[in-house]
Amino acid sequence: MTALLQILFDALSLGSLYALGAIGIALIFGVMRLVNFAHGDYISFCVFALLWPSIDATAIVFAGQLPAYLLIPVILLAGACLSMLSEILVFRRFRNANPATMMIASFALGFVIKYTLLMLFSSRPKSIDLWHELALPIELLDARIPLLQVITIIITILILAGLVAFLKRTRFGLEMRAAAENFTMARMLGVHANAVILLAFAISGMLAASIGLILVTQTGTVDIQMGSSVMLVAFIATVIGGLGSLPGAVVAGFLIGGISVLMQVILPLDVRPFRDAFVYGAVIVVLIWRPNGLFALRSAKQRV
Amino acid sequence: MTLLDIKNVSVNYGRLSALRNVNLALEEGETLFVTGPNGAGKSTFLKAIAGVVALRTGSIRMFGTEIGGRVPEDIARLGFSMVPEGRHVFGSLTIEENLRLGVGMRSDKNAIARELEDIYNAFPMLKERRNQPAGVLSGGQQQMLVIGRALMTNPRLIAIDEPSLGLAPKVIDDVYSILMKLRDRRGLTLLIVEQSSTRVTMTGGQMILLRGGEVVLQGNARELTKGDALKAAYFGYGENH
Repeated sequence: MTALLQILFDALSLGSLYALGAIGIALIFGVMRLVNFAHGDYISFCVFALLWPSIDATAIVFAGQLPAYLLIPVILLAGACLSMLSEILVFRRFRNANPATMMIASFALGFVIKYTLLMLFSSRPKSIDLWHELALPIELLDARIPLLQVITIIITILILAGLVAFLKRTRFGLEMRAAAENFTMARMLGVHANAVILLAFAISGMLAASIGLILVTQTGTVDIQMGSSVMLVAFIATVIGGLGSLPGAVVAGFLIGGISVLMQVILPLDVRPFRDAFVYGAVIVVLIWRPNGLFALRSAKQRV
Repeated sequence: MTLLDIKNVSVNYGRLSALRNVNLALEEGETLFVTGPNGAGKSTFLKAIAGVVALRTGSIRMFGTEIGGRVPEDIARLGFSMVPEGRHVFGSLTIEENLRLGVGMRSDKNAIARELEDIYNAFPMLKERRNQPAGVLSGGQQQMLVIGRALMTNPRLIAIDEPSLGLAPKVIDDVYSILMKLRDRRGLTLLIVEQSSTRVTMTGGQMILLRGGEVVLQGNARELTKGDALKAAYFGYGENH
């Protein structure tokens, strides 16, 4: 029972990260059919925004010194700004290009962000102490669960609930859902394309920022590779969920998180280092079974 | 006042010419029927007005504003509403959300509520299922929804690509009676792609016949539908046939 609870929390907190990442990608794909591979670098950018640029081995904490009630909005804002800036400066020019061109552009943008960070901060991982008190475990039915896991799960649920409320209850949310389904028709009904896309980028950037904050708190390090590992799994989650489907992205994110943790537990000790091979093997099986993902959108291909 | 002033409009898809040198003027409160065989450029003509396809040459002035090169949402905000071919309902949105999507440009809350009721009265089936996703509707019901949705934007000019397609005759009557009422009551200008000559004769107005991307016949709808000239032009018979 205790072990089961532990596994459950491990799975949910890992799945949370993947789900948040997958939604960030799915939102952008929804409104502009862009698979944004720079998303992982948004995460790294937000993490580095905690520090003052320096190539020293020790981190010079900058925004990271702020109290939480300031730090969180500042980092969210950093993510939103970077994301919106990339839309205005880069992706807007490719609005009518084919999806492959947009994807390549996003790769290129990702490299620009990554190497800019490298220049400013060097490639060495730096340690940073952010809310270390959250690493303390709490007792729950005899299981010792790190407080951070609980908080990660709660925050993810709050973000998802907020996103659902935004999409279902607000004018902008309605327009965003409509734009994701049929952009041209939405525009013919007066929906401002630029505003909706910019807003989607802002939300996506804030999601990247929240992932960054959770990762830093979990690991206590700031590392240029931080975003890309989450991004890869999150991207796979969006594909499995059905590209563009937000519920699909969330479900698939948690699914991959769950399978990863489960494999870690049930695989024999000898094959455990090859866990990812099993996880991605399962991914292939799912895609053979449902090539368009679990929640395939009818509109995913059609674009008038 | 001239609502729509189209001069020398040509549209190309790549190297393929879809519309050539179309000229047209439409007054407020007038009705224009566009007819022609498949591939004649009827839908392209509507899309050019909506700003969905770019003009190769020419100019379109709507309510006195040049709209060539403007984006669709700007044109919609001038008071133009479009029902494109192929029923673009938002399947994952509820019926009411579909209807409310187009009211984002409006601020007259009371009128919006009243018109929503009007639409629901005209199509009671939509009201019954207002909270269901629009994707569950049948083809004919979707057609009612997109027409209702277009009217909810409170347009001064509405363009409808084949309103009768897939609708039962009784429902077509309903659709036309709503359109006629709006034309007579508040001077709504109609631009309708229609293949049924009975409908055209009943409604009256101007008419153009497109073939091969060109206007081959233009004039009063009732007079054109009377003679053989329309049929001849439609099928492309020779002048003395």
